[in-house]
Formats: sequence, C-alpha cells, structure tokens
Amino acid sequence: MKADHTLDCMGLYCPMPIVKTAQRIKELKPGEVLEVVADDKGIKQDMPAWAQTTGNEFLGMEERGGEIKVYVRKTK
Amino acid sequence: MVEQEKATEKEKMTIVVFSGELDKALAAFILATTGASMGMDVSMFFTFWGLNILKKNEGGPGGKGLMKKMLNFMNRGGSKRLKLSKFHMFGMGTAMMKKFMKESHLPSIDEFIQMAKDMGVKLIPCSTSCGVMGLAEGAFREEVGSLAGAAFFLNEARQSKVTLFI
Repeated sequence: MKADHTLDCMGLYCPMPIVKTAQRIKELKPGEVLEVVADDKGIKQDMPAWAQTTGNEFLGMEERGGEIKVYVRKTK
Repeated sequence: MVEQEKATEKEKMTIVVFSGELDKALAAFILATTGASMGMDVSMFFTFWGLNILKKNEGGPGGKGLMKKMLNFMNRGGSKRLKLSKFHMFGMGTAMMKKFMKESHLPSIDEFIQMAKDMGVKLIPCSTSCGVMGLAEGAFREEVGSLAGAAFFLNEARQSKVTLFI
C-alpha cells in the first residue's frame, strides 16, 4: 500500500505506537496516508480502535515476518 | 452537522489514582496518555498513596509539623522512588522491572508524567489527602495543577464516558 509518511515504531510497546501516531498525524494534511511499522502485535487491535475513536480512516494492514505495517488516512 | 458538534465537544476520561506503586502508576499513565492520544480530555485525580507519584524527586520530605514530617519521611514519594506492588524485594525486584521497562523502550514514570502534561492531561491532587498528610502545593512537581475535592472529581466523572479507579 502506498503511504505519504512512515512512522517507525519497531521495538515499541503499547501505548507508544498509538501515542506517536497521534502526534505524527497532526503534521499530515487531510487525505494523506500514514504508514506505521511496528512489531507489537497489540497494534492490530489498537490501530483500528484508535482510528474509530478519532474519526480517522483505518485502511488495512500487512504482516510479513514479525513486521506489521498498518495504514491510516487522516480525514480532517 | 451532528458530527461537527461531536468533534468540537471532546469525550472525557477521568482516573482516580489511589495507589502509589510503580506498576499501578504505569497502568494509570498508559491509559491516560492513550486516552489523550485518542482525542479524549483526560483528568487524573490523585488521592492518598497516589500523591506519592506527584511528589518532587528532589528536596527534603514535605509536611507541616514533626509528626507529618515523619510521615512524609517514611512515605517519601517521588516518581523515581516508587516501588512495585509485588516482588519489590528490598529494591531488587523494582530495579529489575525498571531495567526491563527501559529495555522495552517504555518511558519511565517521570517521562510519562511529562508526556501526559504535554498532551494536556490534567493532574489534580486531592485537597483532603493533602490536608491530612500536611502537604502543601509546593510538595508537588511543576506539572501538577491546583488541588481539588471530591465534588470537582465527580463533576468531571459524571461527564466522562470512561472513569477508572486505580
């Protein structure tokens, strides 16, 4: 999946990937896509939940080996 | 239109932090910073042993009068002096857990307090606990807001979708 920005969260556990995503997304323009790369499995549940609460769009995820890539689009 | 109104009115989250142990403080700050990251307006209300988390790390123990000074000497507090609720083992267990936290790139409680403050989380000490233990506002670190009582907390909690007692 194509993304406009990437956020490296490898080696970080909850809540850091979500905290960093929330900070980073502020710098994006509406419509842009952020890719978050992480290895904490919790992110598979946490990112859709974060997107649902904040009103951003969860686009999906790709998992290869221990690496999880999740994609969110900033809506507003 | 309704969506827009919803966006301007932030959801609220309130946490009572009654406990003063490292592990419980960690749970409280993980939830508070995540709540703030999810766009919620978060208030943490610190009471009783929970006040230890907010005490200054440096300087002498606070307290008015000899007995209260003694209490605050025994019950020293400060984010860097918190112990685990289990397996403290004269400091060995706690030191080990801090090491593990660092290895996992998890912020320390000290860093969590700063992060929470930067994210707009309100840190409110309970005025009654402060009074009983002889703690003035100067006993707390600079991130801490003004003291408040139960009515203030309940008014916040009443409007909150999430309220927790830790």
